[in-house]
Amino acid sequence: MGRTLYDKLWDSHAVHVGEDGTALLYIDRHLVHEVTSPQAFEGLKLAGRKPWRMSSVVATADHNTPTTGWERGIAGIEDPTSRIQVETLDANMREHPAKAYFPFLDKRQGIVHVIGPEQGATLPGMTVVCGDSHTSTHGAFACLAHGIGTSEVEHVLATQCLVTKKMKNMRVSVEGSLGRGVTAKDIVLAVIGRIGIAGGTGCAIEFAGSAIRALSMEGRMTVCNMAIEAGARAGMVAVDDTTVQYLKGRTFSPTGPEWDQAVATWKMLVSDADAKFDHEIRLDARDIAPQVTWGTSPEMVVTVEASVPDPDKEKDPIKREGMERALVYMGLKPRTPMQDIRLDKVFIGSCTNSRIEDLRAAAAVAKGRKVAASIKVAMVVPGSGLVKAQAEKEGLDKVFRESGFEWREPGCSMCLAMNADRLEPGERCASTSNRNFEGRQGAGGRTHLVSPAMAAAAAIAGHFVDVRSWR
Amino acid sequence: MEKFTVLNGLVAPLDRANVDTDAIIPKQFLKSIKRSGYGPNLFDAWRYLDVGQPGMDNAKRPLNPDFVLNQARYKGAEILLARKNFGCGSSREHAPWALAQYGFKCVIAPSFGDIFYNNSFKNGFLPVALSESEVDNLFYDSALPGFRLVVDLDRQTVATSDGSKSYKFEVDASRRHSLLNGLDEIGTTLRHADAIRAFEARRQAQFPWLFR
Repeated sequence: MGRTLYDKLWDSHAVHVGEDGTALLYIDRHLVHEVTSPQAFEGLKLAGRKPWRMSSVVATADHNTPTTGWERGIAGIEDPTSRIQVETLDANMREHPAKAYFPFLDKRQGIVHVIGPEQGATLPGMTVVCGDSHTSTHGAFACLAHGIGTSEVEHVLATQCLVTKKMKNMRVSVEGSLGRGVTAKDIVLAVIGRIGIAGGTGCAIEFAGSAIRALSMEGRMTVCNMAIEAGARAGMVAVDDTTVQYLKGRTFSPTGPEWDQAVATWKMLVSDADAKFDHEIRLDARDIAPQVTWGTSPEMVVTVEASVPDPDKEKDPIKREGMERALVYMGLKPRTPMQDIRLDKVFIGSCTNSRIEDLRAAAAVAKGRKVAASIKVAMVVPGSGLVKAQAEKEGLDKVFRESGFEWREPGCSMCLAMNADRLEPGERCASTSNRNFEGRQGAGGRTHLVSPAMAAAAAIAGHFVDVRSWR
Repeated sequence: MEKFTVLNGLVAPLDRANVDTDAIIPKQFLKSIKRSGYGPNLFDAWRYLDVGQPGMDNAKRPLNPDFVLNQARYKGAEILLARKNFGCGSSREHAPWALAQYGFKCVIAPSFGDIFYNNSFKNGFLPVALSESEVDNLFYDSALPGFRLVVDLDRQTVATSDGSKSYKFEVDASRRHSLLNGLDEIGTTLRHADAIRAFEARRQAQFPWLFR
């Protein structure tokens, strides 16, 4: 019987499989950042253990780093606890040098899930782990990539393996062409809206179909990034020419005869035609409209043409209660048209949507227009130093600045507000990030998840608008 | 790792679905480089009326009287009862750390976020999945003051302390074995060090670009 892409990735990395199916899975790439690694390095030291293969590690500081004041150096990290975390990673990297380390202030520093692929450090066929749930992003390159906890970070450092069990296979096929103004973000929000935030729990999701194949690597990364928001630890897309073209000439991509050899093996990283999936979901791309979340979970999502749902119409009492609680937290009334929702802040960035294509899409909407006077802050945070440099080369920074957006330094920023960028209680934000949980962007903050183009349009209008009607 | 064998504990019901890890331990408390000290900030935004920051004297903060864990009858609770998809969201192991350091040893829910579920076992903290109707029954029973449950990992049962009701739960044999014996997982894996080395050597020969 044929195998799925996930089956192939699993089979090629299982070092040992126990009687109950628990396996030792070999890890090719270990991405490390400052928040979830200090306790792991400390644990190694306490146990008197050494890392197994530091040449598998690529590290950066991204969660705590500020997006302004870089000229002040490390002193620019005003919160002393954040600074200690960043300095602890520096110290751990001095003691155990990695394959690559892009520290705070390095021009290649950035969000770990942006720089891995950008550097060619994420290659097809790899297993990729990181102490961060959005590691699913790297599945866009036909990798088995998922988030792990800090004990597992320590375990992978010490043994180069992860103790894990095989997940189920789910395929989400999106067929047809997307309408103008509809993007990868809208696809993945529509998928989560359909299957729910636990719809993919216990599964690895392969995203397939003509609409996925038509996406750039940036778009595929956006889709895989949010697999975890559907409950699936891993999302993935099969290799095709788009994958190969993206990787050609990247810093850590293979070169010379090895490149040809690598490409030949990568081309096999597709699901067999007769492979069986445990779950199959199909969406028609033509039915997908720009999406906006209204509640405190990514499944609480509607199209921009719709209104805030009415909990009274929900039959499931637990779900209804959740909706009611979300509406109170979000300060919204049922049946309010989404386009009547006024905003205080706009955030364009995060590992979901901070790559060059995302910035181009937002800039195209912003160009020649002004951010509404009612918007307190509209910020654009590039995913990495290299994305920032590319955007500046294309003049996108100027477009944003002239429109009234702030152009910031790279990092995770207001996606999770561990640095100084955050919402104040009650503030409402259009955000290109991935989680609209209570307090995610700051205690009491209200997050609406949208695509970069939708966020830029909302900044200009001061409220949500259907970007498809803009020219 | 800490062992888990049998627990007879007071039950605190948290009647919410999709409790995410941002709610379990908000991000401002993730700046610590230690494994300990997270208990006082468990469910911080729900538990206190002010906005919590690291370094605050939590004993002086205003408590939210409506939040279940602040009710006197649940003081000392060791078993948390919750609705489906508990621990969804981020990979932060700070979530099970905070739950365990608060004093919980077990959480019972119909389902869990995958990464949270994994992380829990690494910390001697047992996540137990029962069916939605069984959890519903337990929520009903937990209205009784002093409601306790006995969680027996060896027998894979959750029972009322008088033994009148008992529910069976599933857990992987290897996870169960590790937790019952408090095994050091890294030490266990390193017993396969030769197999890992051999696998690595084969892989490097076949795909040298992965090892550059």
